Amino acid sequence: MPASQPALTPTPEQPPAPLDVELLRQDFPILRQPVRGKSLAYLDNAATTQKPQAVIDALARYYSEENANIHRGVHFLSQQATFAYERARGRVSLFLNAAESSEIIFVKGATEGINLVAQTHGRQSIGAGDEIIVSHLEHHSNIVPWQQLCEERGAVLKVAPIDDKGEFLFDDYERLLSSRTRLVAVAHASNALGTVVPVERIIDLAHARGIPVLVDGAQGAPHLPVDVRAMNCDFYVFSGHKLFGPTGIGVLYGKREHLEAMPPYQGGGSMIQSVTFEKTTFAELPNKFEAGTPHIAGAIGLEAAIDYVNNLGMERIAAYEADLLHYAHQTLAQIEGLRLVGTAAKKVGVISFVMKDVHAHDIGTILDTEGVAVRSGHHCAQPLMRRYGLAATVRASLAFYNTREEVDALGAALHKVSEVFN
Amino acid sequence: MSDLRELYQQVILDHNKNPRNFGKLEGANRVQEGHNPLCGDHLHVYLYLSDDQIIEDIRFEGSGCAISKASASLMSSTLKGKSADHAHEIFNRFHALITAGEDETVDLEKMGKLAVFSGVRDFPTRVKCATLAWHTMKAALEEGDTTITTE
Repeated sequence: MPASQPALTPTPEQPPAPLDVELLRQDFPILRQPVRGKSLAYLDNAATTQKPQAVIDALARYYSEENANIHRGVHFLSQQATFAYERARGRVSLFLNAAESSEIIFVKGATEGINLVAQTHGRQSIGAGDEIIVSHLEHHSNIVPWQQLCEERGAVLKVAPIDDKGEFLFDDYERLLSSRTRLVAVAHASNALGTVVPVERIIDLAHARGIPVLVDGAQGAPHLPVDVRAMNCDFYVFSGHKLFGPTGIGVLYGKREHLEAMPPYQGGGSMIQSVTFEKTTFAELPNKFEAGTPHIAGAIGLEAAIDYVNNLGMERIAAYEADLLHYAHQTLAQIEGLRLVGTAAKKVGVISFVMKDVHAHDIGTILDTEGVAVRSGHHCAQPLMRRYGLAATVRASLAFYNTREEVDALGAALHKVSEVFN
Repeated sequence: MSDLRELYQQVILDHNKNPRNFGKLEGANRVQEGHNPLCGDHLHVYLYLSDDQIIEDIRFEGSGCAISKASASLMSSTLKGKSADHAHEIFNRFHALITAGEDETVDLEKMGKLAVFSGVRDFPTRVKCATLAWHTMKAALEEGDTTITTE
């Protein structure tokens, strides 16, 4: 060892190397295919994400080598499948930093997770005149289940406002918190504006009054590091398919004390301890909430997706996407007549915009002919669109496999829009 | 780009920018609302239908994409003065034009100005934009009072 190097001083931690996006794109077979004769620029990641080969392989391997029903057979394959399914639950638990894996309930997706909480915890704790608070930027999936519950119970849905930039307004939120508030349900990040919602503070303010909080992580978990214990949320939901995993699988995290107290969501196999025609006793967590044969392959595919993003590192993913978002904002600023909708200080890679005198659907079609896949419409957030007086926006949404070249393709295609509609 | 020019022909762009017969029709005796909630296209079609079933006047108002606006505009100029039966016939021809499969041939000559919408069939997700005004007009003729959607 050269004398100049002091052996006893710990080496400062190296900043993590940036993502090698060109290399990791090779893991996503779908990104290689041309669309309408152009190279595909897939910028619709807030709707669903593409799947790495590792996820596709995990599904194929499960069905080729391990398929059996879980939790019941004494035979070899059933044990294999049970082991793989429960290992996947453990992986999700670590991914969210839950206290224990029995706090992880597999569901179809974020939507089912929210409905589960509304129909169990909600029905149990909300009565006539009680109040539920959501924010103005919620996806329909974090509005409608609460609205249905309020209607059934004679409760009231309160809406915490946002400002024109799309930032959550804390003063108004605090004023809404009352002795009748029974639950707060809020997105971790907005699917239509990109706003990263400061959920920790929302949770602290609610907890100070003994009110539990559900966080809709559909747009959070795929793009931001999540630690449910540090966040201290009572419930957290996300969808596997937005996290580079399969469709039809998602996660509800709930604190044990809540899950224990909640009645089952659906009745059937797997969720029982014993059944007679007179009485059924229910299984322990998490099985109590997983009636019927679950999406075993989906859970295993989700595990592969989590392994994939963990291997890249959520911090590195967030940093790369933040840089690409900045570049996209700069690129779009060059387009005449384009106005961003949603300009919060902290955003995930969602860029919503409108163009003067051109409807979002016409923009979407022209972009499509250039191989650029975006979403145009109300993004299942009609109350939010109404707040901005818009029927629709165009939304480009980024993932870690997107490149500056793809953002350039978006910019070029938008120039073409101006050309057609000049 | 050729597909695109096929879809966004000059006539369509012109009718989008300067829609004909746009605005409420005072004295209309048939009014119908059309709404595609998923994309936000929303319009009203107003008719003045004479006792002998002639569309004496037709106007529309609302908001939507270029395809839906141009479609409503061209529809209004095509149907003014036509009988209700004739309007139904043109509706059927227009519908066939934009939903025709690749191997079907459509007699564009017969379509007159409406032929500019032939490019829509290459964009199946946009068919509902082109047909909203037409379905709304049809419902107005048949005097239903529900909101029409083509989604």
